Amino acid sequence: MATIQDKIAALCPEAQFEQADVLQVTVPEAKWHDLAVALRHDADLAFDYLITIVGMDWQESMGCIYYMMSTSRGNETLAVKVIAAGTRKSPYLPSVFDVWAVATLYEREVYDFFGIIFVNNPDMRRLFLSIDWVGYPLRKDYDTDPKLNPISTESERQSDFTDTWTLEKGKLVKNEVRVFQPEDFVVNIGPQHPSTHGVLRFRTCIDGETIKKIDVYMGYIHRGIEKLMEGLTYPQCLPFLDRMDYFSAQNYHSGMCRLVERAAGIKISRRAEVIRVMMDELSRIASHCLFMGTFCMDLGATSMLFYTLRVREQILDIMEKTCGARMTFNYPCIGGVMQDLHPDFQKDVKALLEIIPANIKEYQKLFTGNVIAKERMVGVGLLSKEDAISYGVTGPSGRASGWSCDLRKIRPYSIYPELDFEEVLATEGDSMARFNVRLHEIEQSAKILEQLVDNIPEGEYCVKVPKVIKLPAGHWFEMTEGCRGVLGIYLESDGGTTPYRVKLAPPCLPLAGVVDHITEGMKIADLITIGGSLDYIIPDMDR
Amino acid sequence: MFDFSVVTTWINQFLLDTCGMPQWLTTTIECVLIGVCLLLAYALLALFYIIYERKICAYIQCRVGPVRVGPWGLLQVFADMFKILIKELIHLQNIDKFLFALAPYLVIIASMLAFAVLPWGNGLQIIDFNIGIFFLIAVSSIGVLGILLAGWSSSNKFTLIGAMRSGAQMVSYELSIGLSILTMVCLAGTMSVGGIVSEQADLWFIFKGHIPAVIAFIVYLIAATAETNRGPFDLPEAESELTAGYHTEYSGIHFGFFYLAEYLNLFIVSGVASLMFLGGWMPLHIPGWEGFNHVMDYIPSIVWFLGKCFLLSYVIIWFKWTFPRIRIDNMLALEWKYLLPINLVNLVLMVLVIAFNLHF
Repeated sequence: MATIQDKIAALCPEAQFEQADVLQVTVPEAKWHDLAVALRHDADLAFDYLITIVGMDWQESMGCIYYMMSTSRGNETLAVKVIAAGTRKSPYLPSVFDVWAVATLYEREVYDFFGIIFVNNPDMRRLFLSIDWVGYPLRKDYDTDPKLNPISTESERQSDFTDTWTLEKGKLVKNEVRVFQPEDFVVNIGPQHPSTHGVLRFRTCIDGETIKKIDVYMGYIHRGIEKLMEGLTYPQCLPFLDRMDYFSAQNYHSGMCRLVERAAGIKISRRAEVIRVMMDELSRIASHCLFMGTFCMDLGATSMLFYTLRVREQILDIMEKTCGARMTFNYPCIGGVMQDLHPDFQKDVKALLEIIPANIKEYQKLFTGNVIAKERMVGVGLLSKEDAISYGVTGPSGRASGWSCDLRKIRPYSIYPELDFEEVLATEGDSMARFNVRLHEIEQSAKILEQLVDNIPEGEYCVKVPKVIKLPAGHWFEMTEGCRGVLGIYLESDGGTTPYRVKLAPPCLPLAGVVDHITEGMKIADLITIGGSLDYIIPDMDR
Repeated sequence: MFDFSVVTTWINQFLLDTCGMPQWLTTTIECVLIGVCLLLAYALLALFYIIYERKICAYIQCRVGPVRVGPWGLLQVFADMFKILIKELIHLQNIDKFLFALAPYLVIIASMLAFAVLPWGNGLQIIDFNIGIFFLIAVSSIGVLGILLAGWSSSNKFTLIGAMRSGAQMVSYELSIGLSILTMVCLAGTMSVGGIVSEQADLWFIFKGHIPAVIAFIVYLIAATAETNRGPFDLPEAESELTAGYHTEYSGIHFGFFYLAEYLNLFIVSGVASLMFLGGWMPLHIPGWEGFNHVMDYIPSIVWFLGKCFLLSYVIIWFKWTFPRIRIDNMLALEWKYLLPINLVNLVLMVLVIAFNLHF
């Protein structure tokens, strides 16, 4: 740690350091862009993966915390805190879109919620809220009066323009830039479209069948989870995690629980840990099965859906017996899990493990070996390892590009260090690789389940926790491997029973952000394949 | 073998002689009768095909398909038909109303005209003339016009892309269909449908023409699947890309027409395949096996024809529920880079086989 601290101190003498769970550096706004370039490109620092940008309103000031990771140097993490310049009416920060590609999207999100303008960002529109929204909802002085933002009975105003801001002689200047040219043929794919897997909208500029540019338009299912959480106690916050990526409900939920337990200093029983890991892995198998089914359906192979749903049904039956629900389980809780396992659990999991190998063989025979499927997937939607890191594409999609980003391996949590499994990696970075990585991850998850199913220790499933959970003042950052990638959770507490700020950094937002980059020059049909192979979940990106 | 021309001649004689009608009135009445029978057959076949496909696809996908309405769900299609008949036709703004309304009729007329020359059974054919098969190819290509018009007149970008894809696809695959049929016409030595069937009295063409005939059959089956816009060649209506392709904007019975035409085209291409390769209504005859041939003759000719059609349709339906959808550039490459050269070489091969009398 010391070397990074020295190095940064040498680059930026004004930097202040604070050792929380992640080393946090506070730098002045004027030095931030230069430091960002150095952090990214200096061989001794090489923080090439921007995990998230947390917008913050500390009332006396506003700013951002940038969480980043160095993939080449042992996955070390660093947080950089920057206070915005300018007045509260128009605070601004330099954009780092030229350092990390994914920052373009993250900065738009911060602008949407906090009104912090990122100077030089090429696309400074709102990301989730409608174009005419009044106010910035995550600011602490936000006016929630419904009269300001009435429910519109008319169509949302659309604009062909985006804003960029430049700083001229210390003054912010706004410029309008066209998203599409007037002569472009723009097809609107979504929000109501069978293959966007939800209410996502691509404004697709095409030339014949070839895609020239895609403008991703999201926010149709934005529910303001982060804002809602600020008014709820910690246990009340948890069910929202199930409603983000509803296929990784268990994983997200236990991630949030782990964060609160760490912050509150609660140690849970080993039985609860094992149950959580088993549920996570069951979810992963179910999620990947569903991915394969829907992906093949996107490609027109409808029958495959039923073959994969067969396995998923069996998992949902297991979940239903124990959790009482087939979706949005709300099963892990602070201190352990909600209720003990169903007596049939072990028997059912064993039955599931028995059928998985045969099913995987069948999928490969039916689909992966098919010449049309190969033609559609091999070499389509190429994403290099560098781009995957720069765009923050984690999870199976990132691993298909050769980026070892499985948190269960690189920053192991819970009981994962004791388990014997392999991180599935591919190097091709095309749709086929993304498909195969998921197929093999099912095998690995099954391997984990095999190790645990007969070794569920006795003990209490939930430890005693205080009735009212209060966290000490401070901030924490936790990362969890969901089924689609890394979920980062930032939690700041002011010592009360409700969080001061929660930031959820979902894996699906960068997945949607990378679509434009990898579809350029491809065919319309490839957009569907690529979108399907990235496997984004819209409620996860919109929150 | 029962010859249906006995029945048709009897009707003709009855009207002319017994009722003493003039020739023109007789012809008019006969035409109306044929038209009614044709429409009836058309509707019933479409309904049969819908339940046929739903059942096959259900069994492929480990389901049971419709079972609630009627025995084995057989009445489900009638319920669906009435539903689609009473649905509202939604009027759209900013469209070319005339072309929009015309398009489904063009599509359905094309498939109906093709019915005229299909050999339904021994003597059961509406019209048999010397360029029958040529006529069939010609009328079945009117359908693409309807699809192009539908896509163009809907004033919607999705339908336009669907229609353009369809145009490119049908124009390309028409070549393969034409050439593989031409190969078989060489073997038959006639373009008359009746002539082609009677040429296969001793042995079906697929056996008679051995290697080139089998190649032509496979090429025809691929091209026919593409021609009917069915999976894996269902790009014009690729639901995961273009929602419903060229017929996105159609509702009610206008949509129903496209839907019907799709199933009927499936029947027609199967019918043409059974005519050109599997002997039309001709029973399976093997030279020298007199007893066997005699037994085969006891099965009515219409059963032979429909049986062959349904079997070939089954194969095409099987394609759809197994394969993923092909991409537009791959689809065109398949036609122009592979099927077309294979077809041309195959045509030469067939001519050589005939010239040197190498067929059975």
